[in-house]
Amino acid sequence: MPYAVSFQQVSRHFGTVRAVDAVDLEVEAGEFFAMLGPSGSGKTTCLRLIAGFEQPTAGHIEIFGETAEGVPPYRRNVNTVFQDYALFPHLNVADNVAYGQMIRGVAKAERLRDAEAALEMVKLPGYGARKPGQLSGGQRQRVALARALVNKPKVLLLDEPLGALDLKLREQMQEELKALQRALGITFVFVTHDQGEALSMADRIAVFNEGRIMQTGTPEEIYRRPKTRFVADFVGSSNVLSPDLTRQLGGPAEWSSLRPEDIRLGAGGGHEAQVTGTSFLGSATRVTLELAGEKLTVLLPAGSDVPAPGATVRFSWEPSALHLMGTEA
Amino acid sequence: MRSDRQNRTPMGLKIAAGVGLAFLHLPILLIFLYAFTTEDKSYQFPPPGLTLKWFAVTWNRPDVWEALGLSVRVASISTVVALVLGTLCAAAISQTRFFGREAISLLVILPIALPGIITGISLRSAFNLAEIPFSFWTIVLGHATFCVVVVYNNAVARFRRVSGSLIEASMDLGADGFQTFRYVILPNIGTALLAGGMLAFALSFDEVIVTTFTAGQQATLPIWMLEELVRPRQRPVTNVVAMVVVLVTFLPILAAYYLTRDGDQISGQGK
Repeated sequence: MPYAVSFQQVSRHFGTVRAVDAVDLEVEAGEFFAMLGPSGSGKTTCLRLIAGFEQPTAGHIEIFGETAEGVPPYRRNVNTVFQDYALFPHLNVADNVAYGQMIRGVAKAERLRDAEAALEMVKLPGYGARKPGQLSGGQRQRVALARALVNKPKVLLLDEPLGALDLKLREQMQEELKALQRALGITFVFVTHDQGEALSMADRIAVFNEGRIMQTGTPEEIYRRPKTRFVADFVGSSNVLSPDLTRQLGGPAEWSSLRPEDIRLGAGGGHEAQVTGTSFLGSATRVTLELAGEKLTVLLPAGSDVPAPGATVRFSWEPSALHLMGTEA
Repeated sequence: MRSDRQNRTPMGLKIAAGVGLAFLHLPILLIFLYAFTTEDKSYQFPPPGLTLKWFAVTWNRPDVWEALGLSVRVASISTVVALVLGTLCAAAISQTRFFGREAISLLVILPIALPGIITGISLRSAFNLAEIPFSFWTIVLGHATFCVVVVYNNAVARFRRVSGSLIEASMDLGADGFQTFRYVILPNIGTALLAGGMLAFALSFDEVIVTTFTAGQQATLPIWMLEELVRPRQRPVTNVVAMVVVLVTFLPILAAYYLTRDGDQISGQGK
């Protein structure tokens, strides 16, 4: 079974800007794959390279074993859900969804039937006659999804699919997208800057920074065993400890990461630090500690005793919680 | 609320507005009136009698038909040239980024800001230098310079609303460049092009200054009218033709106005 998408040393440079720089990437068939990174990290360019809107400056791309370089977007069996949905404003919802089949010459009755079936799948039955302008953001997103899925693509690309939705809708769509992906068995590749979204939805995640992939792995691996300072900090806002501080806290002189929720306060033993601030987050309270000029964030579960700012507290952690990243990270 | 506000308008202002409108439009009505006068040497007021005979006379004058035919052909071809060039130019300016983009945008619009006499003289000397004989085609070229602007202005505003991702979405769904133009771009800019084309046609149809510099022996309808005014023979014929010109140019402008207005509403709903 070939990979759904494979990049071999793929680069995309814009002038002197290395948007994507020598990236190796393998997406398994049927996988829900997330490309996670801050804006400008190259994740969207990678998505556009798969869709065919960009051509690589160097390297080789395969989609299900077929060479993709030089193949225009309209000859790729890949469909995209755009960040701004890109619904055609002059067509109604049914014609929007049927657009791909209209281009392929499918008879009108058949393609409208398929469009209605696709709309049903995204829970918008009977919306065919409306214009995109009459829909809410969440509904437009579903139409965009139906318009892509009705073509039965081998790979579905989603560009920040939930970015424009409010929190409640976003959580609901996360589950629906995942259920849809499982039911259809189509490979989903989605781009996001939201680490929570990537962790909760994806089977595997590639973390991007400055045009390169920092780490690829399951959400568990990425979260528990970050390979670099960047990954530790970007995914879950871990405490990144310098080699100096790690040694002071009893570890080897290496970079290390310590998850805020793994730190306990109060219990005797451990180390001493000063509380510089607290903020209430609802399900938890975030406490900022200062130790030897460096900041440490601690996440206390709801109901714990919260120390006052300025107080001196003792803190400790399970030995396994301190994750070492080597001297070079 | 609205009627209250209207009632508060001072009477003086109302009268001033009425006088202004009358000043603009009464002369046009006078031209219509003299198309029916029985007297053909001078325009005395009031006309001694009314008749429809000048319509018949006009109908039978071959020089009127010749001028009208030439004007229609010039305006049509200038409009077609402007539609093609204006659309391409608007597409390039609004869909791509390149060095000198703003400068080119300004250069395209410049001909309509330049006095027609400058455009006319420069074209005339250019044609002379290039030893191009004055003909139907030199008139078309002269008119195309400002017709392109009108189409470009209309198209570029609409193109800005066709976001790049719509074109990418179409390609993503399997449409090649031509299909994307046919099914996505054209429906979104269609009314703007129609409006631009109609304005271009109307502009070309009554253009005098550039035409006098770029025409050879041919007389377009406005040129023919100028010549007619000089010799006082069957003067009301000119008025009859003037009426036709008003109708031919007014209707497309009115249609263009309504089309672009609808277009704004449609694209407004899309947001």
